[in-house]
Amino acid sequence: MTDAVDTCHHNFDTLILGIGNVLWADEGFGVRCIEALNERYEFEPGVRLMDGGTQGIFLLPWVRSAGRLLIFDAIDFGLAPATLKLIIGDAVPSYMAAKKVSMHQAGFQEVLSSAKLSGEFPGQVALVGVQPAILNDYGGSLTPGVKAQVEPALALAREVLQDWGIEFERRKTVLPARERTGPGALAIHDYEHGRPLPGGARP
Amino acid sequence: MSKTVTANGFALDDSGQRVVVDPVCRIEGHLRIEVNVDENNTIRNAVSTGNMWRGLEIILKGRDPRDAWAFTERICGVCTGVHALVSCRAVEDALAIEIPKNANSIRNLMMLAQYTQDHLVHFYHLHALDWVDVVSALSADPAATSALQQSISPWPKSSPGYFRDVQNRIKRFVESGQLGPFANAYWGSPAYKLPAEANLMAVTHYLEALDFQKEIVKIHTIFGGRNPHPNWLVGGMPCSINVNDTGAVGAVNMAWLNQVSDIIDKSITFVDQVYIPDLKAIASFYKDWNYGGGLSGKNVMAYGEFPAIANNYTNESWMLPNGAILNGDLGTVYDVDPRDPEQIREFVTHSWYQYPDPDAGLHPWDGVTEPRFELGPNAKGTKTNIEALDEAAKYSWLKAPRWRGNAMEVGPLARYLVAYARGQEDIRAQVDGLLAELGLPITALFSTLGRTAARGLECSWTAHKMRVVFDEMLANIKTGDVATANMQKWEPETWPADARGVGFGEAPRGALGHWIHIQDTKLANYQAVVPTTWNASPRDPQGNIGAYEAALLGTPMANPEQPLEILRTIHSFDPCLACASHVMSPDGRELAHVRIR
Repeated sequence: MTDAVDTCHHNFDTLILGIGNVLWADEGFGVRCIEALNERYEFEPGVRLMDGGTQGIFLLPWVRSAGRLLIFDAIDFGLAPATLKLIIGDAVPSYMAAKKVSMHQAGFQEVLSSAKLSGEFPGQVALVGVQPAILNDYGGSLTPGVKAQVEPALALAREVLQDWGIEFERRKTVLPARERTGPGALAIHDYEHGRPLPGGARP
Repeated sequence: MSKTVTANGFALDDSGQRVVVDPVCRIEGHLRIEVNVDENNTIRNAVSTGNMWRGLEIILKGRDPRDAWAFTERICGVCTGVHALVSCRAVEDALAIEIPKNANSIRNLMMLAQYTQDHLVHFYHLHALDWVDVVSALSADPAATSALQQSISPWPKSSPGYFRDVQNRIKRFVESGQLGPFANAYWGSPAYKLPAEANLMAVTHYLEALDFQKEIVKIHTIFGGRNPHPNWLVGGMPCSINVNDTGAVGAVNMAWLNQVSDIIDKSITFVDQVYIPDLKAIASFYKDWNYGGGLSGKNVMAYGEFPAIANNYTNESWMLPNGAILNGDLGTVYDVDPRDPEQIREFVTHSWYQYPDPDAGLHPWDGVTEPRFELGPNAKGTKTNIEALDEAAKYSWLKAPRWRGNAMEVGPLARYLVAYARGQEDIRAQVDGLLAELGLPITALFSTLGRTAARGLECSWTAHKMRVVFDEMLANIKTGDVATANMQKWEPETWPADARGVGFGEAPRGALGHWIHIQDTKLANYQAVVPTTWNASPRDPQGNIGAYEAALLGTPMANPEQPLEILRTIHSFDPCLACASHVMSPDGRELAHVRIR
C-alpha cells in the first residue's frame, strides 16, 4: 500500500513512456504495457519507464530529456479492434495527431511539437499502438482482445530496444513495491478485482 | 426565450446568429461554448457545456479509502496532485487522523510548486497566444525588443543577438510547416494589439518557460518519489527524511533539500523577472479590452489553501483565506463551510442527470450521479452530432453547484478578491501595487485580464511562499523532528464503522472538494465537486447562469469566424474539463472547430 520513494530521478537517456487513462478501459493500454514491461524485465541504467497518464504538456520536460523515446498508446488507426501496430521514426507524431481517441493525445501531440520547437527532440522515436475496442467504460479495464495484445506489444518493444542497443533481461526476483511504475492500488490485478459491481453495488 | 434577465442579473438575448466553438481548450479538456451575437457581433447569450461524463462513486464504491487518492489522481490530466491531496484530507477528516508537521510542510511545498508550475504553463502555453501574435513577432526588430526587455526587467537574456537567434529559430520552425503549438490560433486578427517587439519578447519567454518547466518538476520527484504522478499517503507523506547522512535508500537527504532550495530561488527569479514584467507589458496594451468580468464582480468563493498549521483547515491557518463575496460587496466576506448541507448544493435541472426530486439541490454527501441524456425540443442535430443545444432544457454533463443558491466564480481571481476583502496585507500590497502601476481602479480586476493578472500575482506569491515554507520545515527538521507520517490509525480495525469526511482546498484553477462516506472500512460514496464544475456550470432551476456564461456576455467580437475573444475569456479561467469528466463520443474532433448558424 505504501510505496516508498523512487530514487531514479533524472538520469536517463531512454524513456519508455506509457500514456492514457487506466480508468477508461482500453485507454489504459499504454500504461498497462509499461506496468507489465517493468514487472517482467530489468533494464540497464539510463532507461526510465514512465506511467505518463494523461499529463499532456506536463510530460514535455521528460520527453525533452530523452535521447530515445518509446511510446505505448491506444491509437485510432481505423483498423480492426485490438490490432497492434509499430511505428518508427518521423511518422510517429502524425499518428499521435491523426484521429484522437482521447484528449490526452491532443496534449501529447503538442508535447512532441513543443519538443521540436525547443530544439530537444529525441534522436530515435518509436510507437507501439493498439486499436482500442472500448473506451467509454468508466472504471473498466482492458477488453480481452486488447489485453491479449500486451505481451505481443512487449515483444515489439523488445525488438525496438534491441535495435537501439539497449540491454535488458528477465527479472529473476519479484519487483519491489518501490520500483513500481504506479501506485499499487492501480496495478491491474487490484484495479480489476476491486471494481464496484454495476449499479454501484459493493463487491 | 429571445430577451430575458436572469435571476443573477444578466440580460440574455438569443435572437441573433449562433456561434459554436467546440472545443475551446487549446490543449487539455473538452468543452463547448455556444453564443448568440447581435448585429454588431456582440455576445448576447452564452451557453457552456461539458460534453463528458464522470462519477467517482462508480469507480470507488467498495474500495479501500486509503487507495482513493491514487484513483482521483487519474480523473484529471492536469491537476493530479491536488486531487490526491484533497482525497487524503477527506479520509483523514473522516477518521480523525492528524498528520505530522513535516508532512504538512511537504504537502504545502508540493502544492506551491504545482501552483507555480501550473500558472507558468497556463500563462505561456495555454493563454499567452490569445494575446500574443507569433506571426507579428517574426517582423520585430531584435534591437528594439532588447531595449523593451531591458526597460522592464533585469532579466539577463536580453541582448539584440539573443532575440535575433530566437526569431530565426521560430522562423525556421514556421517555415518548415510544422506550426505545432502555434497551429490553432488566429494570427493577424485585428484583436491582437501588441507591437511586434512585445510579441517577440513574449514568444521568446514562451520558449524559456518551456525550459524552466524542466527544473520545477524536480520538487515533485524529490518529495513525491515519482513524477508525473507523485505518491501520497493518508496520514502524512510517504517519504522519509534523513539529513545527517545519505541514509536509507530513497530518504530525502540534505543534498536533495539543497536542490529543492536552489529550484525555489530559480523559480522566484523567473517569475519575478520574466512572468510578472510580461504580464504588465501585455496588460498595458489591452487596458481598453475590459470585458469578461461576468460573475467576478458579483459572486466569488474560495475554500482556502496552504494550511500554516498542520491539521487546521480554518482561516486561523490558511495562508490564502476561505470566504465568499456576494453582489460585489468587498466589505462583507462570508465563511464557507463545505460540511453545511445548506451551503453547497448541486442541481441537475439543466444537467444530463436525474434526481428523485428534479429541481432539488443535493449536498455532496447525499450526492447521486445517475445519467439521463436527452436533448431539449429546440436543440438542433442528433444526440451523437449536436448542432445547437437547447439551454432551456438539459444541456450539460456538468452539474450546477451553488453556494447558498448562488452561482459562484472560483479560481485565482476569486482567491485574491477574498484575501483582499479579508484585508490580507501581502495580497493587498501586490494588488494595489499592480493597479497603481497600470493606473487602474480595483474594479478593473473584474475582467478577463483581471483573472489573468491575479493568476500571475499568485504565481509570484506561491514562488516566494515556497521559500518561507521550506525554511520553516528545515528549521523544524533541525530540531530533530523527522516524522513524516502518522500510522496510528492505518489499520482499518482502528476505524469507526461509519464515518463521513470532507477534504477541501484550492486547486490552481479553484475550489476543490471531495466528500466521502466510509462504511465498514470501505468507501460507500465518493463525490467530488471540481473547480471547472463551478465555473463552467450550466443554469440552475432559478435560471442563474454560471461563471463562463456570464463572463462572455457583452463581449464584442472582431470576427465571429475567429472567436479569439471567446477563447481569451474562457482560457482566463484555466479550464480543465478532462477533470470535470471525459470524452463521450470517442471519434475525436478537430482541435478548433467553429460553426456559425
